[in-house]
Amino acid sequence: MDGIIFLQWAFDAVLGLGLLWLAWRALNSSDLFKAIVLFIAFGLLMALAWVRLNASDVALAEAAIGAGLTGALLLAALARLETMTDQNVSGVSAHPAHPPSPTPAGSRFSRGLLILLLSASTAGMGYAVWSLPSYSTGLSMDVAAHLDSSGVSNPVTAVLLNFRSYDTLLEMIVLLLAVLGVWSLDGLPPQPEKPPATVLETLSRFLTPVFILVAAYLLWVGADAPGGAFQAGSVLGATGVLLLLSGWRPRARLMQWPLRLALTTGAGAFILLGLLTLLLEKQLLAYPVAQAGRMILLLESLATVSIAATLAILFLSVSSGHKMKTGKEEKE
Amino acid sequence: MPMQTLYFALALFLLLNLCAGMWRVLRGPSTADRMLAAQLFGTTIVAILLLLAQASGSPALRDVALVFALLAAVTAVAFVQRVWPEDRESEHDRD
Amino acid sequence: MTATDYAAACLFILGGIFFFAGTAGLLRFPDVYTRLHALTKADNVGLGLIVAGLVLQAESWLVAGKLLLIWLLVLFAGACVAHLVARRALRKGIRIWTE
Repeated sequence: MDGIIFLQWAFDAVLGLGLLWLAWRALNSSDLFKAIVLFIAFGLLMALAWVRLNASDVALAEAAIGAGLTGALLLAALARLETMTDQNVSGVSAHPAHPPSPTPAGSRFSRGLLILLLSASTAGMGYAVWSLPSYSTGLSMDVAAHLDSSGVSNPVTAVLLNFRSYDTLLEMIVLLLAVLGVWSLDGLPPQPEKPPATVLETLSRFLTPVFILVAAYLLWVGADAPGGAFQAGSVLGATGVLLLLSGWRPRARLMQWPLRLALTTGAGAFILLGLLTLLLEKQLLAYPVAQAGRMILLLESLATVSIAATLAILFLSVSSGHKMKTGKEEKE
Repeated sequence: MPMQTLYFALALFLLLNLCAGMWRVLRGPSTADRMLAAQLFGTTIVAILLLLAQASGSPALRDVALVFALLAAVTAVAFVQRVWPEDRESEHDRD
Repeated sequence: MTATDYAAACLFILGGIFFFAGTAGLLRFPDVYTRLHALTKADNVGLGLIVAGLVLQAESWLVAGKLLLIWLLVLFAGACVAHLVARRALRKGIRIWTE
């Protein structure tokens, strides 16, 4: 058995060092595109690290959001940044051709302050890690003891959607705020429909049903195994991104109240159910045990729709059509 | 050699392959070269996850691999359609 | 180790070789098109051989089906993406390597 232990140890060592190195190079790169590719690679290895830490739920979320959708979002943002610099719309330069000018005193002060704050937080985190008991079960015993009354058998889902469902409620609100923030900056750029190339069309036609099926599977399996609303939502959101990339544009009618409903339905359902349980059970989001499983599935389904709509619409807002950008007219 | 050892040995070998591929991400020269390296990483991670799923007996890892397999395509299409348009000289393609 | 174990081990090693060849090609080949060629070998054959080995080891038909589904998805997406990248590179006028 020694061989296996050595191999696992070597695997973890390479993984850990690779992660540190990638993080350093991604932060250090002056070429934004290189930094994005390094970040995508970082996401891939990070998911692997979560797997090695036995946190499959987090690995799945990292795979769906970290390595998958964030990469597409960053690439679209980079493309937009470049069109902006091409047209000299703003002074943002992705690649300073000349070395930065000598820093003025104010910037030097803020840099010093930043270094101080970063060192303080690193020291704090280091202290927190060192002061952890070497072995602790945390709250996992308590979760296991009450798992039967949660309505699901996956402890992570039980915590996120039942024991601490206000966490998920707040996360839904954060996502909603993100869309509002992006919209209040720029609105939706005009993006005329563009017929896709044949291969791209085939790809999206074939993959779209597979994506939807996988999203539904992840949503369903979340009750007993790693999966759930966030993973399913980001896979479904990726479907939207793929369709948008293939030239599909939602009808103007869809962009009005149906979109708003999709964006708010997750947070709305949580708030409504929270108020209901507050009235009936005298406690926020305390489901009756018999109904817990069904309520979690309902909440997760609606949250999936909201998350998917949020991610797809963020992608649409971030990306702007090349050469088609005639001006920033508000579509609202 | 028991199968368990082989799974981990192959997973380690693939991980080392991936690390070697980093060189292409750093060197470029064109954007496509960097992106291709990322695509190869995606496939390599899928293979590693499938091996680990079998080695550690946790079927959930196959779902992670499935999600990676799907989303790698989306990232690549986003690259081709957004960052690398036909009509515009990309700044990253210098040197 | 049983006979299927040996067969699976052979498939794994072959798959590993293809991944190695793909990486070596990515590092050593002179232009985008040839690197694309090397990359798709790892995608298609490398992953295919490893999946084939795992299918031999799979505990149920369901698992084998899922493994094959993952491989087919990677195969299909990889082929489409390779086409998109190569065509875009041609249209952008990236020159094909000649000696």
